[in-house]
This record gives sequence, C-alpha cells and structure tokens, in this order.
Amino acid sequence: MIKRLLPPLVSGGLFGAGLALGGMTDPARVRGFLDLFGGWDPTLAFVMGGAVLVMAIAWRFQRGMARPIFAEKFSIPDRSDLTLPLVGGSALFGIGWGIAGLCPGPGIAALVIEPASAAIFVVALLAGMGVVRMMEKDA
Amino acid sequence: MTLPGFPEAAPMAGLGGGVLIGLAAALMLLGAGRIAGVSGIAARATGLSDSGMSRSSAWMFLVGLPLGAAIVAFASGGLEAQFADPIVLAIAGLLVGIGTRLGSGCTSGHGVCGVSRLSQRSVVATITFMIAGIATVAIMNSMGLEVLK
Repeated sequence: MIKRLLPPLVSGGLFGAGLALGGMTDPARVRGFLDLFGGWDPTLAFVMGGAVLVMAIAWRFQRGMARPIFAEKFSIPDRSDLTLPLVGGSALFGIGWGIAGLCPGPGIAALVIEPASAAIFVVALLAGMGVVRMMEKDA
Repeated sequence: MTLPGFPEAAPMAGLGGGVLIGLAAALMLLGAGRIAGVSGIAARATGLSDSGMSRSSAWMFLVGLPLGAAIVAFASGGLEAQFADPIVLAIAGLLVGIGTRLGSGCTSGHGVCGVSRLSQRSVVATITFMIAGIATVAIMNSMGLEVLK
C-alpha cells in the first residue's frame, strides 16, 4: 500500500514544489512568457528546459529497464497519429492558457496560494473535462 | 541572477523549478511506469477518465501538488501571484478542461513528458498550444484587455 501510494504523492509534491519555485503558480509570469510581442519574460522556457532535460535522461534509463521500480509494467502512450482532436483540443487549451495564465498543474497547486481564485479555475477545468466525457459517451 | 535584457526573468529559479518537475515526472515514469500528465491524472482521480493509474494513486499525486507548492511558499515567505477575475478564470478553466481532454494532455504530459522523448503527437500538441497561447495574449493585449489584477 505505502509502496504503491508513496511514489505518486512524492511525485506530486516535487511537481508542485517545482511549479511554485519556477514561478508557474503566478499567472502573471506565465502570461509574461506568452507575451512574446510585448515585455517577454523567458522564465517559463527555463522551467520547460530543465524539466525536459531531466526527463530526456529518464527516458534513456527507461529504455534499459524491464519494469518500473514500484509497478509490474510500464504503461506509456504509444499513439503516433496526428488527429483533429489533438490539434483542435491543444489549440483550445492554448487559448484558455493564454486568457488566464493557468494550466492544470499550476491551477491545482495554486489552491494553497490563492484558494478562491484557483478553486474557480479548477472547478471550471473539471466541468470542461466533464463536457468532453459526456460528448464521448453520446458518440 | 538576472538575464541581460530581461529584468523580470528568474532564470535560476526557473531552471531549479524545471529540474524538480523533471525529477517528479522521472519518479512517476521509472517508479510507477506512468506519465506525469496533470490533466489526465485529474480526469482519472475525478472519474472523468477510465484509463490510467489507479484512482488512489491519481489522488495522491493531486494532493501532492498543493502540498509541494505550500512547502515552497512557506520556505520563501510567501509567493507572489496575480489572478484574473472569477468570470475570466471560469471561461479559461472550461477551455483548458475541454482542450486538454480532446488533445489528450497539457503542458506536463505533452510539453514535458512527450517532448522529452520526441513523441510526434506531443511535439505537435505543444507547438499548437504555445502558438495559441501566444496569439491569445497578443490579441488580448492589442485590444487593451488587462485580466490580471
């Protein structure tokens, strides 16, 4: 039980700490990065760069492993098809991200920084996910 | 340390934060064998997705996010943050929720986990949401829309 539940808790904790340290829980910093044609703030590029660098190394380790340390098998997406929902959904996400300067991780992490504002965002986020869920069930 | 020409930027804090996020995603991958994609994990925890890690694991990850942020906020004596008005947050949240489910991921799953292994879908998704975000901010600025208080 502990062996199964501790890794995701520690992973989430490190993730939230990284978001906060990197300034990503401040929508002003995120929108500053997206403001490429204004007073551009490149901080988010350093956050992304640091995270991608560490993960690129992790993927190299992963290739040499038969199974993960605390689970029976790797469950990794293997799709490579480029679809309309992928591009259209990502565009909608990007518009929402630009409007308020929040994506899912920072929105949830910010529940302890600006609880009322973050909660509104998170509830709307889940409602949006619920809309897609209902569309998929109808289809 | 500041970046010449960008007085607002915090490159070292950004890099440090990015490394922590990378370590978090690496622990999820090498420890649990899964992708640390926050939108997918949030959908999984709340029963809005049938695939992915166990719901208890998903909840543990989600609880960890604010805990980790709280530790940094406490250690640094509080964090600055400017948020938009409730109506703006609600509209943005809806778009992010719909978009990340249709697009199968967000900044973490596509932007960090997928891009770092050069997944074709993740690279396309990341370029798309970056362009959409940059265009949105540019259009809002040109209209004089100030949303952050």
